[in-house]
Order: sequence, then C-alpha cells, then structure tokens
Amino acid sequence: MNTNSNSYTVTFAAVMVVVVAFLLACVASSLKEQQDKNVELDKMKQILSALNIHEVEDAEAAFNQYVKADQILDLNCNVKSQNGGFKVSAKSEDELPLYVCNVNGETKYVIPVKGAGLWGPIWGYVGLNADKNTVYGVYFSHEGETPGLGAEIATEKFQSRFAGKRVLENGNVALGVEKNGKVSKPDYQVDGISGGTITSKGVDAMLKGCLSRYKGFLNN
Amino acid sequence: MGGENMFSKKNQEVFVNPLSVNNPVTVQILGICSALAVTAQLKPAIVMGLSVTAILAVANVVMSLMRKLVPNRIRIIVQLVVVAALVTIVSNVLKAFVYDVSVQLSVYVGLIITNCILMGRLEAFALQNKPWDSFLDGVGNGLGYAIILVVIAFFRELLGSGCLFGFQVIPDCVYELGYVNNGLMLLAPMALILVACVIWAQRAFNKDLQEK
Repeated sequence: MNTNSNSYTVTFAAVMVVVVAFLLACVASSLKEQQDKNVELDKMKQILSALNIHEVEDAEAAFNQYVKADQILDLNCNVKSQNGGFKVSAKSEDELPLYVCNVNGETKYVIPVKGAGLWGPIWGYVGLNADKNTVYGVYFSHEGETPGLGAEIATEKFQSRFAGKRVLENGNVALGVEKNGKVSKPDYQVDGISGGTITSKGVDAMLKGCLSRYKGFLNN
Repeated sequence: MGGENMFSKKNQEVFVNPLSVNNPVTVQILGICSALAVTAQLKPAIVMGLSVTAILAVANVVMSLMRKLVPNRIRIIVQLVVVAALVTIVSNVLKAFVYDVSVQLSVYVGLIITNCILMGRLEAFALQNKPWDSFLDGVGNGLGYAIILVVIAFFRELLGSGCLFGFQVIPDCVYELGYVNNGLMLLAPMALILVACVIWAQRAFNKDLQEK
C-alpha cells in the first residue's frame, strides 16, 4: 500500500479526525455527570473551609448539616430567595449568594469572593461571625499562581491570619492585605506574601470589591 | 517480539540511556520550559514527572502500533493529535475520579501537550520501532525527565523556602543565626541556572559527553 499518495493521506487524516473526535466526545459526555458532581462537592468543601471545617469525609452531609440556607440577595442586599444561592453562577451580576450557617449553635455567614491574581483568576469564601463584622475564617484558591509565592494564598498559614480581623471601618470595607511589614491597621489588615505581591494585591482588591457589594447586608 | 528477548541488551540500553548518557533534559536539552514551570516545589515536580512518563509511554505505544500506516507527510500532525487526545482523556478521567489531584495539577496537565520530549520521542523513536521497545523508551525518557525535575525542585524548595514537600526542614535556630531563604530560587531564572549546573556536573563526570 502506498502510504504517501494524496488520496491515502487525506483518507487517513479524515478517519483519524472522526475517530478521535468520537472518542473524545464519548469520554467527555460519559464523565460529565461525575465531573459536575465533583465540582459541586468541591465547592461545598470550599465553603466549609471558610467555616474552619476541614477534612470532611462526606462533604454533602456536612454541608447540609452546617449550612442552613443559601440565600440570594439582590443588589440592595434584600433577600430575594431563601434557597438557590448555591446554584448562582459566579458570573452573575445581579444576584448575590449568601450562605447562612450554624456552627456549634452560633450563626455564621459565608460570602463568596472572586478576583484576579497574577496569572489567572483567584476566588474564595469569607466566613463572618453573627455580628457581620468579625472574620471567622476564610478560604482562598487560585487557578495558576506561582507555587511557593502567590500560590501560598491557598495555604492555611496565610488564611489563618484573617481570623478575628474586622471587615468594616466607618461603614466601608477595610479588611485587606498589606505588604509584609507595612500593616498600619492590624485590626483590619493582614501581612501579604513576600514575593507574591501581585497575588496579595489581588486578594486585597478581591476582598474590598466583593465585600463592598454586600455593604447593605454588613451594615445592617 | 519475533523471538527477541524482551529485556535484551539493546532494550536495556533503550531504557537506561535516557536516565543518564542520553537524558532528555540535560543532554538533548528538551522539555526545559516545563522544567522551569513546575520545579519551585517538589510535589508538583514529581506529579508532573510521573504524568509525562505515563503519557509518553502510552503515546509511544500508540504511535508505534500505527507506524506503518501513518502517511509520512502528515506524521507530525498525527503525533500531535495522538498526544493531545491522550492528554485530554487523562485530564477528563482525573477530573471525574480523582478531583483533588486534578485541581493540584491544574494547568500542568495541559502543558504536557507542549512538552517537546513527547514529540521528540514519537518522531525519533516510536515511528521506527516496535511497541514494546517504544514503551521502554517512553518510560525511560519520562523517568529521565522526572529525575532532573526532582533534583531541581529539591534544591529550589530547600534553598528557596527552607522546606521539602511543604514541611520545614531548616530549623528555626538557623534562621535566628541570620540565615534567610533565597527568594531568587523560587523564580524561573534559578531553574535555568540549576539545570546548567546539573549539565556541568554530568559532563564533568562523564567525559564521553564533552564536545571535542
């Protein structure tokens, strides 16, 4: 067989493309359900992390146990719906999800935040005490920040710095990240990561930007 | 295998050479780009090394099985399709069954497609050799790549963060004496310099590798 002829080359390419496309489509569609489930479970784990609940075996059961309502707020922070906040897309402009939780008998609130780091998106969840002002716990993650530098925002070492900080100063969001050693308001700011300046600034902007949208709720 | 011993002397060389005298990174100077990207810490370096080994071994076998059918003029495209399809499948399977691992790997899985070692081995070896030989070649080259990644990551994490696998290994008392972590180690240029140091050391020990 002449494998160098034009007709053979074209046929080979066509068959290869069809076979590979079919294979990939099969794999993608047969695993889709499982993948979506994993994404949901991971989101639950992230929300639980902001409540300082780590290493849960069954994320779904723990989530149902601690999270009492996944509310949707409108842009004026009025409760639009008691349920459905979990399903609100991260891209949504006019719906603000708010998780009302109960940890050991105390009410906690979890607010999702998202922003930009150095190489890609960063996101997280901020857990607040019932006073809507003191940080109970936070969770941050990222898509592709530099390991050892910006990626440190995903470590407990960095996240634990936020516990007990306050959010609002004179009605505005003051919670944020300041360059290492430059913290002037220790009640509101935490040390950034040396060498991860742009990611640290990204976290700062993310917190200020996203939490400001919830001002109506926080000031209430 | 045509009566040929599966672990013949030739096959042993196919497997062992990439680990030392024909290392893809330090001798063939391939795959440097990803060696920079994932070596700031040991863990991603090891995961990346193993992922490349697995994909390279399978891609080599697939390509070797097709070697008599592939039209010469589009062989590079065929190689790319094989690698890209494999990486996409692996990435999908990871997302479905070991989600935690796939989150850790994040962009690195996609980066495997661009790793020149894969195309290099498919073109240079798998297109001319039998599946079993190609499999050994794939595993050998993947491990040769992984070894270098681990060596570089070891020094970068140790000197850059004072940690290994995320655990602090340099005791606090050393820091109290005035020792500081070398932040430069965490940045890409130091990976290049360390690769160069490894190449230097290897050629100093192995005179055969020195250019005349």
